[in-house]
Amino acid sequence: MPGPSLSHRGPRALFALVRRPELGAAAGALLTWAFFAVIAGGPFLSLDGTAAYLNAAAPLGILAVAVALLMIAGEFDLSVGSVIGAASMLLMLLVAEAGWPLWPAIAATAAFCVLVGLGNGWLVVRTGLPSFIVTLATLFILRGLAIALTRAVTGRTQLGGLQDVPGYDAARLVFAADLGPFRVSILWWLAMAAVATWVLLRTRAGNWIFAAGGGADAARNLGVPVARVKVALFVATALAACLVAVVQAVRFTGADALRGEGQEFRAIIAAVIGGTLLTGGHGSAVGAVFGALIFGMVRQGIVLTGVDADWFQVILGAMLLGAVVFNEAARRGLAERGGDGSA
Amino acid sequence: MTRHAPVLAARGVTRRFGRVTALADATLEVHGGRVTCLLGDNGAGKSTLIKVLAGVHPPTEGRVEVDGRPVAFASPRDAQRHGIAVVYQDLAVIPLMSVWRNFFLGREPTVGRGPLRRLDTAGCRAATREALDAFAIRIDDVDRPLGTLSGGERQSVAIARAVHAGARALILDEPTAALGVRQSGLVLEHIRRVRDAGVGVLLVTHNPKDALAAGDAFVVLRQGRVVAAEAAPAGMGLARLVELMSGGGPQS
Ligand SMILES: Nc1ncnc2c1ncn2[C@@H]1O[C@H](COP(=O)(O)OP(=O)(O)OP(=O)(O)O)[C@@H](O)[C@H]1O
Ligand SMILES: [Mg+2]
Repeated sequence: MPGPSLSHRGPRALFALVRRPELGAAAGALLTWAFFAVIAGGPFLSLDGTAAYLNAAAPLGILAVAVALLMIAGEFDLSVGSVIGAASMLLMLLVAEAGWPLWPAIAATAAFCVLVGLGNGWLVVRTGLPSFIVTLATLFILRGLAIALTRAVTGRTQLGGLQDVPGYDAARLVFAADLGPFRVSILWWLAMAAVATWVLLRTRAGNWIFAAGGGADAARNLGVPVARVKVALFVATALAACLVAVVQAVRFTGADALRGEGQEFRAIIAAVIGGTLLTGGHGSAVGAVFGALIFGMVRQGIVLTGVDADWFQVILGAMLLGAVVFNEAARRGLAERGGDGSA
Repeated sequence: MTRHAPVLAARGVTRRFGRVTALADATLEVHGGRVTCLLGDNGAGKSTLIKVLAGVHPPTEGRVEVDGRPVAFASPRDAQRHGIAVVYQDLAVIPLMSVWRNFFLGREPTVGRGPLRRLDTAGCRAATREALDAFAIRIDDVDRPLGTLSGGERQSVAIARAVHAGARALILDEPTAALGVRQSGLVLEHIRRVRDAGVGVLLVTHNPKDALAAGDAFVVLRQGRVVAAEAAPAGMGLARLVELMSGGGPQS
């Protein structure tokens, strides 16, 4: 006779919560919205007000979705902000200095970002060093290169005039069209989130992403190609940064080598607020969407309430702290209940 | 005429790490439908032997056989393709993932084609439930994070998974080491069921009581050498086993 199964312990609500890591962030987004709806009122609730925070959230959301996937696989990418700067400068140099039409330049920029992602991923899986350190190095290298090379070639760190380049009108339609007050980048953001959710929950690759972050050795023992999964996700974060770079360069018809500074941290914050564990193995793309949304609402809401925008950072930090504490409690609930019931 | 060849065997395996000889001329057979216990003190070479059998380390000398035929595993993956599965004590499961995701990890069935190729989630859940039922592992909900199961249940799920994946030889590295008496009992019971299903089990353990509870044959390692290899019945009691492990006893 097998002993009785010990399967009926633990509060069900907790399982439901940790099974759906985005629930906390969804509730947080609703609260944030209600808060500013009351405090800021009409301007926040209007179509323009709604568009303002969605527009602000979109670029961060694009990054956060990719960053969340990578974090679930147990790695960080601190270079995404610099990749935005480097990619937008490369794009501008190709069209302004080398005289390329826009679309080939976009393709070349994307190829460059794929190489950056492969480089980050390769370094991390080959050296076994924490990705935190490896991509911190890439952060500085790429930012430095973007500034130094652009200045060496053009004497400046800001380049403009993209609107006169062949292919601009089509690119504007794809990357920077407006639907009323709403920017098309919102659609890119939601489309990315949909694809990421599909991959994560409905494909083999998604199972491997969770496994790579939740127990890399166990996953390897079962034949999961952990290194390949991680490298692919570093490529995904670099490509997300590339998309943000192109969207912003096309919208503002130019770029700045400093573009994207600090975005790496904001993307991580959005992912964590969205329920993704800093330690990997658990999280969701939908959560990252809500994380970025909260971010956009707080940023716009503060402006509308007339509070000094400096407080934005304080609120952000506090939200991060709250989210991390909440996530850690959830993780304990998930991973450490087990133990030996009979000991 | 001849007996069935063992599913998995080490023949005269020596394994050296630099100047350290971890394993010296070790021979061991794992037969289908039997539990072979591998015993020995710390540093005796148990882990080294199972790593050789699992394709982690190639033997320095000697050979590994599957169904009586010599094989040279290129990797653990290669060993898996030959039907050799290992359940490592701490590295067997992923606590944050659900039971069914763990159960099919690395061999997930899919439906659809091209970009619509996706996990057969319904099939995975049903098959997991069925496989656990078949081994009388009672888990109410296969969507639960595996980390919420008890230690014994986790080991049992890992073992059932290996069998479901088609393992014909199953190597268990100290499956009861971290468990209390009752949870150990659960796992040993499960091991017996796996054996009765025809799988050859190699059970690595420190604990002679556990070995007696599940074992059909006993191999004792000391300082890398096989000092005893005996089948169970003839007077194999706890005292005899402890004696073998702790140094006494003639070679058999
Ligand atoms: N990779 C290695 N490099 C060098 N020496 C090793 C290596 N692996 C094992 N050894 C040595 O080989 C000997 C046998 O080790 P092994 O891990 O096989 O013992 P064990 O029986 O599994 O012990 P335990 O019960 O503590 O797990 C030990 O002296 C160990 O230090
Ligand atoms: Mg060992």
